[in-house]
Amino acid sequence: MGGRESDLVLLNSDGIRCDGRKIDEPRRISIKAGVLNNANGSAYIEFGDNKILAGVFGPRDVHPKHQSDSNTGILRVRYHMQPYSVPERKRPAPSRREIEISKVIKEALLPAVILESFPRTAVDVYIEILQADGGSRCAALDVAAVALADAGIPMRDMVSACAAGKVADTIVLDINNEEDQAGQADMPIAVMPNSGQITLLQLDGILSTSEYKKCIETGLVGCKLVYELQKKALKERYFGGQGS
Amino acid sequence: MGTVSILDGLERKLITDSLDAGRRADGRALDEPRKITIETGTIPKAEGSARVRLGKTEVVTGVKVNPSTPFPDTGDKGALICTAEIAPLAHPDAETGPPSEGVIELARVVDRGIRESHMIDMSKLVIQRDVSVVGVFADNAVLDDCGNLFDACSYASCAAILDAKMPTWEMVDGAPKMVEGASSELPISTIPVSVTMGRIGRHIIVDPDATEWMCMDARITITTNSDGNICALQKGGREGFSFEQLASCADTAIAVGAKIRSTIESSKQRS
Repeated sequence: MGGRESDLVLLNSDGIRCDGRKIDEPRRISIKAGVLNNANGSAYIEFGDNKILAGVFGPRDVHPKHQSDSNTGILRVRYHMQPYSVPERKRPAPSRREIEISKVIKEALLPAVILESFPRTAVDVYIEILQADGGSRCAALDVAAVALADAGIPMRDMVSACAAGKVADTIVLDINNEEDQAGQADMPIAVMPNSGQITLLQLDGILSTSEYKKCIETGLVGCKLVYELQKKALKERYFGGQGS
Repeated sequence: MGTVSILDGLERKLITDSLDAGRRADGRALDEPRKITIETGTIPKAEGSARVRLGKTEVVTGVKVNPSTPFPDTGDKGALICTAEIAPLAHPDAETGPPSEGVIELARVVDRGIRESHMIDMSKLVIQRDVSVVGVFADNAVLDDCGNLFDACSYASCAAILDAKMPTWEMVDGAPKMVEGASSELPISTIPVSVTMGRIGRHIIVDPDATEWMCMDARITITTNSDGNICALQKGGREGFSFEQLASCADTAIAVGAKIRSTIESSKQRS
């Protein structure tokens, strides 16, 4: 964590955070499925100030060929930030951070996707960060999972992600950019909501054992909220909001 | 599976047959662009931004305005760089990795249209001569590729540049320091508008969509400025144009471009 000196009041005496939220309140989240014309599946999410688009292609032929596996399909994920997504222009080539995030998102999605039915093929998930705020990897994972479902890729479960963290000695849900910079800990979590399997967990910062458990529990509450919004987006796409 | 950009022979016949009858497959007149919608300020963290839809093609462009070191031979001018990329989610054929020659051409044609029109008065972007100047970066991301990326990126770049707010810097100890709360618009002198036309057989069509794009024998992009002068041009494709065709293309680019210019201008007034 940055732990940077700042005069920002992260949590006031009434338990209100720097952006006006309560400690267990997520930012505004909206998800829309089926937003692209050429992708097999797609979705768009606004998660606080994050604006993220995901597109899914496949199952399709694998290029380069040596990556293909005769026993199963493979999943490839690319998390990419637009140069204008952050205050200081980001160089367009993928950074080490983006490569790592691509990998953890892929590994968070893999247990949910039934790739064994499609040997020698690839499913490509492309994620474009149009505007970044704190928690972009969780939001990216949420929108990628909806895009996979929208593409009709068979899945065992949804994957829902949300971060929790520690700010002003308090465990809070869904930390924003300011809290990420000045707070004490950031823990992104992803879960398969029906099986309860946690498929992504990272931590930046120091937590006691009890804080650690509290943090996971808090994050899982956020994941549950996200899961309902993911289902709602897919129902709106396929049933026009009916049957929800 | 694999590539999906296989033009069905029947589809080409449909397109050429309707052109022979004076219409296009989607009902447009030959010199009619698809519907253009422009939203500005879509990316609040960028100094300027625009989301442009040209038919089903969609581009998001962000403008970043940062102090930068001038090129040694142009210390009395700011810097302008336009880039373009086709995000891999835009089309099944779009790939990650280094840009293809087509994408490099796209970025250079968009950059040239804006640069050569002198849209931005670069002499007003100097913080300290030969030491620090203002750099304007317009990064175009194609998010949905349904044909004619040249025009979509060029309109999005223009709208984002018009939308941009430029911070003020002053030199402190030899380095530029941003002055809080002081910003201005970029110094704009003209609005360049590109119009891309395709030739299919003897017919010239404005703003080809994805299917028409695949049937084109040749294409030309002509950029005009607010005075109705041509400021940049790029011909592409396997075949050529006759002189008469080129002359009529220029007239079309000026006439069609003037209407599109007012659409781009009104995107600014709305925001």
